[in-house]
Amino acid sequence: MERKNILKVENLSVELGGEVILENLSFEVREGEAITILGPNGAGKTVLLRTLLGFLPHSGKIEWEEKIKIGYVPQRLPFIKDIPMSVGEFFKLKMPKETDIKEILNSVGLKDDIFKKRIGDLSSGQFQRILVARALISNPKVLFFDEPTTGVDIGGQESIYNLLWKLKQERNLTIFLVTHDLSIVSSLATRCICLNKRMLCYSIPKEITSDRLSQLYGEGVKLYEHSHD
Amino acid sequence: MSNEFLLSLITGIFIGGAAGFLGFLMLTKRMALVGDALGHVALPGMGLALLLGFDTSLGAFVSLLLGVFLIWLIEIRTSLPMEVLVGVIFVVSLAVGFLIVPNPELLEALFGNISKVSFNMAVVSIVFSILIFFAIKRIYPKMILAGISEDLARSEGIKIKKQNLIYLLLIAAIVALGVKIVGTLLVGALVIIPAAAARNFSKNLKEYSLGSMALGVLSCFSGIMISKVFNLPAGPMIILSSASFFLISLIFKR
Repeated sequence: MERKNILKVENLSVELGGEVILENLSFEVREGEAITILGPNGAGKTVLLRTLLGFLPHSGKIEWEEKIKIGYVPQRLPFIKDIPMSVGEFFKLKMPKETDIKEILNSVGLKDDIFKKRIGDLSSGQFQRILVARALISNPKVLFFDEPTTGVDIGGQESIYNLLWKLKQERNLTIFLVTHDLSIVSSLATRCICLNKRMLCYSIPKEITSDRLSQLYGEGVKLYEHSHD
Repeated sequence: MSNEFLLSLITGIFIGGAAGFLGFLMLTKRMALVGDALGHVALPGMGLALLLGFDTSLGAFVSLLLGVFLIWLIEIRTSLPMEVLVGVIFVVSLAVGFLIVPNPELLEALFGNISKVSFNMAVVSIVFSILIFFAIKRIYPKMILAGISEDLARSEGIKIKKQNLIYLLLIAAIVALGVKIVGTLLVGALVIIPAAAARNFSKNLKEYSLGSMALGVLSCFSGIMISKVFNLPAGPMIILSSASFFLISLIFKR
C-alpha cells in the first residue's frame, strides 16, 4: 500500500543571528517512516527539528498534514532534578484528563507505582521513558526525539531504541530521530537525512556509503549493522 | 490588642501567604533574585507617591509596571536573559529612587512600616492577595513546564510570552504590596526565603507550594507579633523569622 505524505519540505533555509544554519533543504516524509537526522556537532540537526516544530523563523516551505499532532522528546532537561516534583505531578503539568495513563506507562515499560517517585530519584533510563510516555499522552502521529541516548548508559540505550521500534509498530508512528549513533541508522531508520548545513543525502540507510560518512564526519567512520531479534 | 495592630497583622498574613506562594514558582524558575531586584525598581514610584501624597503601594506598582514593561519589551526584542535586564533596570531605579524619596521617609521606604496600614489599604491588600493566589494557581503548571524546557512547553501549545507577562505582572503586584510591610530592600526575602525553606523538606510540588505559602504566613505572623512585643520594626523581624524557619528546614533537608 502506498503510504500518504505527511510532510513536505521545500527549499528550507534557516538563518539565526546572521549565520546560515540550514540551507535549501527539500524532502518529503511518508506516514510510518523513521527518519534519522545524522550529522556532526553544529550541523543544524536540532535546529532542523525545532524548525519543523515551528519554533524558528525560516524561509521556504514546511507543509504538515493538516491538524497533525506532534509529540516532542527534548534532548535534556538540566533543571528538572532541582525541583521537588513527583512523576505524577510532572504528568499533570500537561494531562488533559485522567486518561489511559497506565496503558501509556505500560507501553514504555514502566509501572504506575512510579507516579509517587520524585523525578530527581529516577535513573536516567527511567527518566527518558517518562519523557517518551509524556510525549505520547496527546496521542500524536509523529514523534520527535532529540538525541534520546544522551546521558543514558549502554544497556539503557539499547532498550530505548527497542522501545522506539516497538512504539512505532504499535502506534503507526512517524519518528524523527536526531542522533550521533550510526548503529541506529541501520537498525531503526527507514530513511536518513545526512546534514551539514546543506543536505548531503536523503536516502534509505543501506545506500549510505563509507564515502558519504567520510564526507559527513571525516575519515574513519563506518556503518555497523546489527539486527533486531 | 488594638484594632490598628490587628489590621496590620491580618494584612501581613495575607500578603505573606501570597508572596510565599509566588516565591515557590519563582524559585522553580531559578529567579530567586528577581523579587529582590524588582523591590528596588519600586523605589522611584514610592518616592513620587510620598512627594505627591498618594499611597506608596500604588506608586510602587506604577513604577514596577513601567520597569516590567521595559524588561519584557527588551527581552522579546533582544532575547537577552531576563536576569541581565532586571539587573540593569534594578540599579538605575535604585539611583533614581534615592534622588526622589524625601529624606524623612527614606528608612520607611527601604525597610517598610506596616503599622501605618489603613482600613481601606488592608481591604485592598487582602483582595489583591487572594486574586494573586488564584492567578498563580492557574498559571503555575505552564510556568513550571516552561521553566523546565521552553521547547517542551511550546510543543504543548503554551504561549510562553503571554505567560511570562502575566507572571511578571504578578511579581510586580506582590512586590508593590510587600514593600509596604518590609520595604524595598527586604521584599525579595519576603518572597524567596519561605520558598527556599519549603524546598528543603518537600518531596513533591504540592508540599513545596503549600509549605512555601504556610511559611510565608507564619513568618509574617511571628515577625509582626515579635515586633509588637519587643517594640522593634516589623519588616526586619518578619525576614528574621523566615530566616529562622529556613535554618530549621536545613535539618530536614532531603
